[in-house]
Amino acid sequence: MSKKALLSGDEALAFGAYEAGLKVACAYPGTPSTEILETLATFPELDVQWSVNEKVAYEVALGAAISGVRSLFACKHVGLNVAMDPLMTSSYTGILAGFVVVVCDDPGMHSSQNEQDTRWVSIYAKLPMLEPASPREAKEYVKQAFEISEKFDTPVILRMTTRVAHTKEDVTLGDRVVPQQPPFERNIAKYVMVPGNAYGRHIFVEQRLNKLKALSEKTKFNRIEPGDKKIGFITSGVSYQYLKETYPDASYLKLGMTYPFCDDKIRAFAKTVKKLYVVEELDPFLEEHIKSLGLKCHAKDPSFRIGELLPELMPAVVKGEVKHEIKAVTRKPRLCPDCPHWATFATLKKLDFYVAGDIGCYTLACLPPTSALHSCLCMGAGVTFNEGWRKGAPDKKIVGVVGDSTFVHSGITGLINAAYNKAKGVIFILDNSTTAMTGGQQHPATGLTIRNEPTKKLILEDLCRACGADNVDVIDPKNRAEFDALVEKRINEDALSVIISRHPCKLLRQ
Amino acid sequence: MADKTYNITFGGTGGQGILKAAEICGWAAMYAGYHVKKSEVHGMAQRGGSVESHIRFGKKIFSPLVQQGGADILLCFHPEEHDRLKSFLKADGKDLMEYLEKAKAAIENPRHLNTFLVGVLSAYLPIKPDCWQKAIEAVFKKKYVEENKGVFLKGREMGQL
Ligand SMILES: Cc1ncc(C[n+]2csc(CCOP(=O)(O)OP(=O)(O)O)c2C)c(N)n1
Repeated sequence: MSKKALLSGDEALAFGAYEAGLKVACAYPGTPSTEILETLATFPELDVQWSVNEKVAYEVALGAAISGVRSLFACKHVGLNVAMDPLMTSSYTGILAGFVVVVCDDPGMHSSQNEQDTRWVSIYAKLPMLEPASPREAKEYVKQAFEISEKFDTPVILRMTTRVAHTKEDVTLGDRVVPQQPPFERNIAKYVMVPGNAYGRHIFVEQRLNKLKALSEKTKFNRIEPGDKKIGFITSGVSYQYLKETYPDASYLKLGMTYPFCDDKIRAFAKTVKKLYVVEELDPFLEEHIKSLGLKCHAKDPSFRIGELLPELMPAVVKGEVKHEIKAVTRKPRLCPDCPHWATFATLKKLDFYVAGDIGCYTLACLPPTSALHSCLCMGAGVTFNEGWRKGAPDKKIVGVVGDSTFVHSGITGLINAAYNKAKGVIFILDNSTTAMTGGQQHPATGLTIRNEPTKKLILEDLCRACGADNVDVIDPKNRAEFDALVEKRINEDALSVIISRHPCKLLRQ
Repeated sequence: MADKTYNITFGGTGGQGILKAAEICGWAAMYAGYHVKKSEVHGMAQRGGSVESHIRFGKKIFSPLVQQGGADILLCFHPEEHDRLKSFLKADGKDLMEYLEKAKAAIENPRHLNTFLVGVLSAYLPIKPDCWQKAIEAVFKKKYVEENKGVFLKGREMGQL
């Protein structure tokens, strides 16, 4: 009997990629995608890394694919924003060995700052997109994604949502098969995207889209399940699973390859049913396209574009009812009782600062009664908002805070910018020596790799001085009196200062 | 193997071992030959917030989530979370809340609460003892397997009374 395991969508995808002969995988952590790399790191024959940020991860993984080995990049939805620059032009360069771009969206924002719908990126970047609806499909689809990537010379987007990434299912494991490696060659026309070459590649991209459309029409991933002719559903992802519970007898067109659209199949399916419904989470991605084909279909009320869909909501969604908002009564997360971030924020609150915030565990300091963090936009903005806020509010006591992992990810450039443009203020690096929010991953300033092997350690204090900070102090915020005195001193100076507030996260010691 | 689909909702707060409890149940159902889906929420939820996990197993499972009013069994580790989640229970569903205090009194190490309650739960499910044993082996680090097997059996005895 073949081996089975109960795997999450993330884990199943990792096993699928491993079996498909994956060699290189790069990512920066982000819920709900983090476990993909954590699982891949357990296979010793793979080259797996936590990268500094998503742009770097994307480029290293793409470079590996262009050198001839199957590779993978994984991120959460907002992580893809950081990697958009390489992604857009990688559509033109294409690849040599298979390259899969895994993106996990978070409808309902279980752990995210927005609900952006990555499906639009496939249209914008002209890249094929697969959407598994379960862990078993995640494993199967990633293998197919490598095949499509190589056959069509394209990165392939594999989009999951929280409810697929974090659902566990019994999955059958298989053997690893490594495909023969194509030879690495110089190819200036393909890999040097200067205007003349890029024009030629854009022609290729448009032709590729047509070929991918033909694939979308015939792939078994876009599957018609004939049933009751009165109602037909076009759907994808976890919405399919929810619908099947409520409407087991209806007809379905279940889309697993959601871009390019399979127009012929959609038309053919529409003809066979009396009433056509499109059911999808978040934006009207399928709905708008299907309507543009001139087909009459029913879709959810716009109020359901906000938040995730749930199985019990299906009748209301299908009937086109307005969403009935139920106030969530769930217990809110908070910082752990002896978290070192508490100490830093106790001071910031006492001194009544305006605190430009960032993303990490410490964002929870915005919650009452502490309420001592006053912005959270994207990674790195704690540093740059300190500079921006001072433009319009020079008389206010403004500081910026940023976590250690976040500083390395996106804060460094902001600090250089502040120094270069003569900005002042105090930036606190909340250094708990880990990426706590996503479960405690290593990063350059911890001096350990994804496999906990020692490596070159980034010394934050040296780096901040090199960036141009006038003062760099390292202090344990739990030394309350000393910390308060230092902060009061620095805030009253006309200087750009960095205070590295260093005390390890207690989760590290568990 | 039973024909019907089993729906179980687990609830509690971060750090109580809810996800581990659901994990044992999921592996056990898999070893018993069922199609299993289990859902859970990570991330922010682990910072002391509400944690819930759903398990569904049967011949063929679509949704990973139990619907409101759809749970055959509700297993909560915290009274307030129980108040929040009881709407998941079917009218004739089994609420295991009555065991929470008894379980707390029966264990010596508070970290064993989750395994003990899974033992109680096992008495209500059509999954054979050897599948539970294998599940405990799959879910715990080797050095914790034997003690958890013992705790599980005590919970199972309480559930069978
Ligand atoms: C572009 C982007 N990538 C990843 C994430 C997910 N994420 C949010 S905060 C964070 C890291 C937090 O680590 P750190 O800054 O060290 O703060 P801590 O949680 O340890 O306090 C990550 C990975 C994100 N929100 N945006």
